[in-house]
Amino acid sequence: MVAPVIVVTAVLIGWPLVRGVYLSLTDATEATMGRTIGVNVIPSSYEFVGFGNYVDILTSGLFWEKLIWTVGWTVACVGLHYGLGLGLALLLNRKMRLRSVYRLLLILPWAVPPFVAAFIWRYLYNSDYGVINAMLKAAGLGAVGWLDDPTTAKIAVIAVNVWVGVPFMMVAMLGGLQSIPGELYEAAEVDGATPWQRFRHITVPGLRTVSSTVVLLGTIWTFNMFPLIFLITGGGPGSSTEILVTYAYREAFTGIRNYSGSAAWGVIILLLLVVLALVYRRALRKQGEVW
Amino acid sequence: MSTVTAGPTRRGRARGRGERSVGSSILLHGTLVVASLVALFPIVWLILTSLKPRDGWLSTELTFFDNSSLGNYARVLTETQFPNWLLNSVIIAGLTTVIGVFLASTTGYAVSRFRFPGYRGVMWMLLITQMFPVAILIVPLYNLMAGLGLLNQIPGLVIAYMTVAVPFCAWMMKGYFDSIPREIDQAGMIDGLTPFGTFWRVILPLARPSIAVTAFYSFMTAWGEVAYASVFMTGEETRTLAAGLQQFVGQHWSDWGLLTASAVLIALPAAVIFLLVQRHLVAGLTAGATKS
Repeated sequence: MVAPVIVVTAVLIGWPLVRGVYLSLTDATEATMGRTIGVNVIPSSYEFVGFGNYVDILTSGLFWEKLIWTVGWTVACVGLHYGLGLGLALLLNRKMRLRSVYRLLLILPWAVPPFVAAFIWRYLYNSDYGVINAMLKAAGLGAVGWLDDPTTAKIAVIAVNVWVGVPFMMVAMLGGLQSIPGELYEAAEVDGATPWQRFRHITVPGLRTVSSTVVLLGTIWTFNMFPLIFLITGGGPGSSTEILVTYAYREAFTGIRNYSGSAAWGVIILLLLVVLALVYRRALRKQGEVW
Repeated sequence: MSTVTAGPTRRGRARGRGERSVGSSILLHGTLVVASLVALFPIVWLILTSLKPRDGWLSTELTFFDNSSLGNYARVLTETQFPNWLLNSVIIAGLTTVIGVFLASTTGYAVSRFRFPGYRGVMWMLLITQMFPVAILIVPLYNLMAGLGLLNQIPGLVIAYMTVAVPFCAWMMKGYFDSIPREIDQAGMIDGLTPFGTFWRVILPLARPSIAVTAFYSFMTAWGEVAYASVFMTGEETRTLAAGLQQFVGQHWSDWGLLTASAVLIALPAAVIFLLVQRHLVAGLTAGATKS
């Protein structure tokens, strides 16, 4: 039973991964990559160049610029996802009228496939026909070229990702809240704890396991959130909204296809995430979390 | 962990024994109404736009239902490649789901029950693939597919999606299998079943909820993926929805009428399925990640 599993994981993940790492150490581009044109087979002529690609990337200003924006984008998005998700979950986690209606409405954005969400929002942001500008005009304000200016474009893509991602956090937090025994709150209330103290000493620790998981997942997903950026701004204007992943993609599949450079970007991104996960895990361990 | 609705006991931070004050009630409902509007508005606007006449998207006027028509839908279904893309997406997502669930559940079971040489390696691989940026696998896969003549072929894309879906799903399945007592396996063995027989006849039926989540996740991965679909499928007749829709709104020419109608056609069935399974979804996702 085990053998096929190892073979499958090795073939599906291991081999492409190893090859990706190898490519990142070569100078493979469209021109040097072997290919078949009609009946002519042109052999690969790329060569092993060691860490050349990595040196090029890490010494370029572009990488650091993209890294700063990617980190900013991730922190902003995950922070807002978590904050809003937790806030809404706390609001929903009580007896009230229309509770299930609110819950359903708030979950809806999650049900929209990301690429569809990207297209919807691109339309909403449209300078001439977008409803957001129409509303601004109706309110007596000027239209904004949302996706034409680096700053507004950044705000715009963050807003979309927040819209897409909050429902997941909300549902996860709601699940976490409901797994906290109600007796704890009752006991605390009897002891005269204030709502803030109850939140601080019961809710927060009770949510720790769920929180740590969804924050890590959310961080990885956001860091690698390809479709939204790719379809809404295409990385533009200029390359202001380009995150590391979309840049690596563009490197490989537009202009002269730089396969090795793109692979090196990919390896760097992966290493960043692995390091992040390890550090995160260690931090959780210190707090006594057995994850 | 479950996401069932409120039980009979009072939970959370409801005020003392009494009811909420009128003020905080208004505040609570007010906040939730605003949040719901934000959540809902883009979707409603999409549907309204899709129902506008042919060039209706050129105006932001809210015409609601006067003058509305299904013209955009008719155009999408008859004058574009949309039905073709839809068929491709259904086939690709369907295959990814079936094969993905099979591979993920066998892998998940193996790492849950057996200790074998390379066990740590497999676990490690499953974990870090959750962090794979599209960029690291896409280039080697692209070259691999090119070498095997699988570019622009449905099986090629299915394999590519499997590299994304299988590791994560296997991870989730492992978490679930871990929660099934080993005594059940042993009982199956004692009844004379082979290890695979035990897995197939005894354990899999027990893991149905987790399989549903896995199937859903695999399906959605394939259904909504953009990067692989955009570079692997270059022929007009093999495009998937995610790649095809980009045709409607290019840099220089856009037809938002077509786009909104097809977006509704894509999102509606996906949303229905999603709302049916979402309760199990978070439990599945977090179980897979926490029980490691």
